[in-house]
Amino acid sequence: MLDAWDLDGWLGLLCDDARYLIPPNDVPDGDPDTTLFIIADDIDRIHGRVKRLKSRDAHAEFPPSRTRRLITNVRILDQDATEVTVTANFSVHRFRRGGKGGEYVGKYIYRLRKTDDGFRIAERRAILDAEELGGLGAVSFIL
Amino acid sequence: MNSNPYIIDNPGANDFRLNRETLIDPDILTAERDRVFDACWIYAGHDSEVAKPGDFVTRDVGGRPVILTRDGDDNVRLFLNTCRHRGAKVCRERDGNTKRFYCFYHGWSYGNDGALVAVPGDDAYPDSFDRSELGLQDVPRFEHYRGFWFASFNKDIVDLDTYLEGAKEYIDLVVDQSPDGDMEIVAGIQEYDIAANWKLLVENSFDDYHLHSTHSTWLEYMKDAGVNIKVPKGLLLPKKGIGLDLGNGHAVIDNYNFRGRPVATWISIYGEEAKPAVEAAKAELVERLGEERAERVANTNRNLFVFPNLMINDGSSVTVRAFWPEAADRMKVTAWALGPMGESAIMRKVRLDSFLTFYGPGGLATPDDVEALEQVQAGLTSTVKEVSWSVMTRGIAKDGEQLNSDELHLRTFWRRWNTLMTGEEAASETAEAAE
Repeated sequence: MLDAWDLDGWLGLLCDDARYLIPPNDVPDGDPDTTLFIIADDIDRIHGRVKRLKSRDAHAEFPPSRTRRLITNVRILDQDATEVTVTANFSVHRFRRGGKGGEYVGKYIYRLRKTDDGFRIAERRAILDAEELGGLGAVSFIL
Repeated sequence: MNSNPYIIDNPGANDFRLNRETLIDPDILTAERDRVFDACWIYAGHDSEVAKPGDFVTRDVGGRPVILTRDGDDNVRLFLNTCRHRGAKVCRERDGNTKRFYCFYHGWSYGNDGALVAVPGDDAYPDSFDRSELGLQDVPRFEHYRGFWFASFNKDIVDLDTYLEGAKEYIDLVVDQSPDGDMEIVAGIQEYDIAANWKLLVENSFDDYHLHSTHSTWLEYMKDAGVNIKVPKGLLLPKKGIGLDLGNGHAVIDNYNFRGRPVATWISIYGEEAKPAVEAAKAELVERLGEERAERVANTNRNLFVFPNLMINDGSSVTVRAFWPEAADRMKVTAWALGPMGESAIMRKVRLDSFLTFYGPGGLATPDDVEALEQVQAGLTSTVKEVSWSVMTRGIAKDGEQLNSDELHLRTFWRRWNTLMTGEEAASETAEAAE
């Protein structure tokens, strides 16, 4: 869905209080309230981010990157009556005309909430394995 | 290197042009390393990063690998991270706390005061072998101003206090936010590369001319979030943003704040629950500093450039950003968040959240700056034969005060850079304007 830039479709998968987090490379298990993250969006900023990415004025993503994500090792870490915590490895390849591409490797940790409409994303944490962002430059698309 | 001048600087004729080769030519970078970076004070780190004896962080400063540490006598030290025996790094961790730095190659080890304390099999060395001369190498000069530590590889440089000139006043405005005068670097470092010449980031970091075109999506986000982005009336402060030359190549843009600051103007995106804490922070400033100084600290946004490669942006949060050229067309950027030591949990949360709205490789604005710089670099590099000069004359014809969206502060940087590179005296814009 994200690879197809169906951003509104992706928003439909989120809970009303969803968070989207990318911790800093040097503190991968950090807490966004006390640690400077790369991304620590609440639902309002997720909506703001999507609106921005759909604009021609999101210069770092115009023309939009092409991305392809390979997902492996999907595992359930924990579950209770309301939520399931799931982890998965990712390798996201990014390609851009006349701009920076690269390979973003790491793992997702999802908190999925059970709702009447099936599972919805309560928190999506993308943890990068790289020691520093370095040559990848930015995370301007939704990782 | 071509034989044209680096800049054409003739304020009397309202002319300032920049030779685009200065952003492309690898030979110019080689000269910069010697004449600019090794001639100046370079930001090395913050006192709070090594809060306790034995704390250390490793990084590159001035192109050298260094260890920033606090020794057992509570002195902050900066050592070159190289074994005096064969040269390997004696510390390969990012940070930590230790009494010893140990070279794994032949096993020499050093105290956190730099002293060489153990040499395996030292009976094989002659009598002339003197451990006291083989401690970790200090950088030639190492001084701090209000917790910001700088190194210089020029042993004859003026002291840091003199070097900083007018920049000190603006560092004071940042540090005065803290009730006890102590600021700290927050955990979490943003490290990213930009495929552009380092001097383009100097310009970009305090170029307010580009705000509306480059960052329209960020302004839109702020408006959508209910933030009033109109300029209010100021009583004690400059009513409009200005650009200032602070001497020695340092410069600043100084703006009335109208988009919220964790210290201490609440805006809707901080959340209702943060309002009392933000108001209390402001009240503390007024109590401690008086109304006028509190307004100055709390309600101005300042992007301070400390020549040659440090930015301290005190706006929606406090960002400390240093950058270093890896090649003529590539730099490494390191960015930290700075906050008052001991601030409340809710204020820290607001500060970090506010930082991320605009700044950093995942912010709603910085990636567009990075894109702009990379597009500039690509544009310059391939066309320099046909298009050799960039124009940098905004505001040059004005008498007196220049706006944050003018280019006086950019010319200030380039003039100092040119003086260091060529030995030529810089033209004075203000003197010309006064004639």
